[in-house]
Amino acid sequence: MASALKNQRIAVAKTYKLYIGGKFPRTESGRYFALEDKRGVVIANMCRGSRKDFRNSVVVARKAQSGWAKASAYFRGQILYRIAEMLEGRREQFIAELILQGSTPRAAEREINRSIDRLIYFAGWADKYQQVFSAVNPVSSSHFNFSVLEPTGVISILAPDDSSLLGLISNIAPAIVGGNTCIVLASESMPLCAVSFAEVLHSADVPGGVVNILTGFRAELTEFFASHMDVNAVIYCDGGKAVARTVQELAADNIKRVVARTRLDWAGSDAANPYLISDTQEVKTTWHPIGS
Amino acid sequence: MATPENKLAFSGGWEYDPAPQSTDHITLNKRYGLFINGDFVPPARGRYFDTINPATEEKISRVADASSDDVDKAVKAARAAYNGAWGRMKPAERGKYIYRIARIIQERAREFSVIESLDGGKPIRESRDIDVPLAAAHFFYYAGWADKLEYAFPGRTARSLGVAGQIIPWNFPLLMASWKIAPALACGNTVVLKPAETTPLTALKLAEVVADAGLPPGVVNIITGSGVAGAALVEHPGVDKIAFTGSTNVGRMIQKTLAGTNKKYTLELGGKAANIIFADAAIDEAVEGIVNGIFFNQGHVCCAGSRLLVQESVADEVIAKLKDRMETLIVGDPLDKNTDIGAINSPMQLEKIESYLKIGREEGGEMHQSSCRLPKKGYWCRPTIFTGVSQSNRIVQDEIFGPVLAIQTFRRYDEAVMKANNTPYGLSGGVWTDKGAKIFKVTQAIRAGVIWANTFNKFDPTSPFGGYKESGVGREGGLHGLGAYVKLGA
Repeated sequence: MASALKNQRIAVAKTYKLYIGGKFPRTESGRYFALEDKRGVVIANMCRGSRKDFRNSVVVARKAQSGWAKASAYFRGQILYRIAEMLEGRREQFIAELILQGSTPRAAEREINRSIDRLIYFAGWADKYQQVFSAVNPVSSSHFNFSVLEPTGVISILAPDDSSLLGLISNIAPAIVGGNTCIVLASESMPLCAVSFAEVLHSADVPGGVVNILTGFRAELTEFFASHMDVNAVIYCDGGKAVARTVQELAADNIKRVVARTRLDWAGSDAANPYLISDTQEVKTTWHPIGS
Repeated sequence: MATPENKLAFSGGWEYDPAPQSTDHITLNKRYGLFINGDFVPPARGRYFDTINPATEEKISRVADASSDDVDKAVKAARAAYNGAWGRMKPAERGKYIYRIARIIQERAREFSVIESLDGGKPIRESRDIDVPLAAAHFFYYAGWADKLEYAFPGRTARSLGVAGQIIPWNFPLLMASWKIAPALACGNTVVLKPAETTPLTALKLAEVVADAGLPPGVVNIITGSGVAGAALVEHPGVDKIAFTGSTNVGRMIQKTLAGTNKKYTLELGGKAANIIFADAAIDEAVEGIVNGIFFNQGHVCCAGSRLLVQESVADEVIAKLKDRMETLIVGDPLDKNTDIGAINSPMQLEKIESYLKIGREEGGEMHQSSCRLPKKGYWCRPTIFTGVSQSNRIVQDEIFGPVLAIQTFRRYDEAVMKANNTPYGLSGGVWTDKGAKIFKVTQAIRAGVIWANTFNKFDPTSPFGGYKESGVGREGGLHGLGAYVKLGA
């Protein structure tokens, strides 16, 4: 008995933290919520992110945005590809977390595979969506006129509650591949993967501030995600009419673009097409005279 | 510096004789009903209001004041047409109807331009050469899209939305109606359009065109009225999409009203565009661009270049030349073909502009106006510039929607871009320089939807238009303008 104990190794549990500006702080509020498994055993004490955490995230996201938008499409594509590489290397950890959150082993394996492939998919769009969506416009006057896409700016994302990794990635990847930066509220009921994914982002050399991930309560944080005056677009994926109304009403204060991704099949082409990129892009049209 | 030698001699005693466009070619009824289900019908509550010529303050006609009952009737007519003839029609045939509208507008161009200038106060030169030809071109452009939508959205199927409610402003009445109606119809929707209270007439003439073109009843419904009718249209549960052009404040209210509904919306809102002049620009051309940027259509332009940012080393020269040029601008009778600046659209708008002239002076700005004579009757504002203003001044921040330019200077590129972007708006911008690399650097850095480089205030049906930030959501015009009127599916 004693020798058995002597040989037993105590596992090191991870502290799940927030991801803001390329760093992993705890919530400034000092609050937590306990995540339990089906039997009621505490898996982790998650950070219960606050309004202040969100506001701090907007500041760093704004700061990072112009530099990220200026990076070449090739570079952004490689960063997304790198995220996929890092995720592939940590498959087992994510499978374990998905199972811990209630997934079956088979479903967990499917989700990680799809997640990795989704990143590759959007990585490939980095230097292509512009070609698909831009235009040279044949105006009648003697001008050269063209329309290109530019990132909308800073995006707040209320990630889907029911798809903690694939849904998360299907929202982050199209936003950042197009040069936006974002602040993401992770799934409330299954928040583990999101924090581990932040570590993946970090090790993939995603510049600090480009993606910021918070954990916390939907009911508390939604209004801040929708109302912040320095956020240019808000994406929401859950909730009924009441949530839609709240988000859209508050978004109107600074004419945010509102993207509803409710009832999406995260595994299908709904969540894998370039229109998810153009959702958070602005069309800029430039005129110049042709002549001497 | 402007030296006496290079100063243009405008005081040579030349006077322009009046050259008014005659009005005998137009037909206007004394009273107009609402165009619902293919017919002009009286408003349910029997109320009408006058529409006034802002250059003479005389009544031109009376138009119906739609109530929510009328809005309901119009929406139901549009729904019936959508579920009926229009919805079942082959896209190519739909397109042919839209082509017809384009052709009839071209045929009746002179009548349209005269009425536009009478009702809205804009110079006939602009309504004749810009508003009306562009309106026809818009219908012609979108007509051709009707049977080609599958090529506009690769990998997706585009479907019509249903009934589009459209609310337009008074600054480009016919042109805005065409910007709204043409793409909506091309994508297979039916529409209920509400023109602005002060400029209903060309929309009602457009209703005649729609009838003459033989469109099935209810496809296009045009209802005149106040904001009450606009609000009723926004709130109507039978509407699938709202397209609004107007102020940011009303746009914000509409976005809030639509919250929680499944209605799609596009908003084309205010602006406070910076027109940036670098020292290496062709200065004379830039001065023309400044004039066109702010004095076009009396400055009643959401994308007007209402802020001038001029590089310090050429500021004195640019401002001197601008003042000279302003002296040559003819303010007066909108129907006179020599007129550069017509009447302010309404007494309310004149009051607003004048309040900003007061605010500008109170905040320490130095005001300069041209010395032109103004007609005794009607609503007029001299071309106005302010110097000595700073970023926090209200005339630098607020959209005035009049012939009022706020001038600031800058030293370095960074400063110009920072000042240009220091606004909640992001509709348009201008840059003037002879250096190609600098043009691309600046046009990329300005956060706005339309950028004019070495030109300003140009429009075309193939060219998408719309704003960043609080200047709106969505685009109108071009291939991108189709997106506002379809839903995409697998």
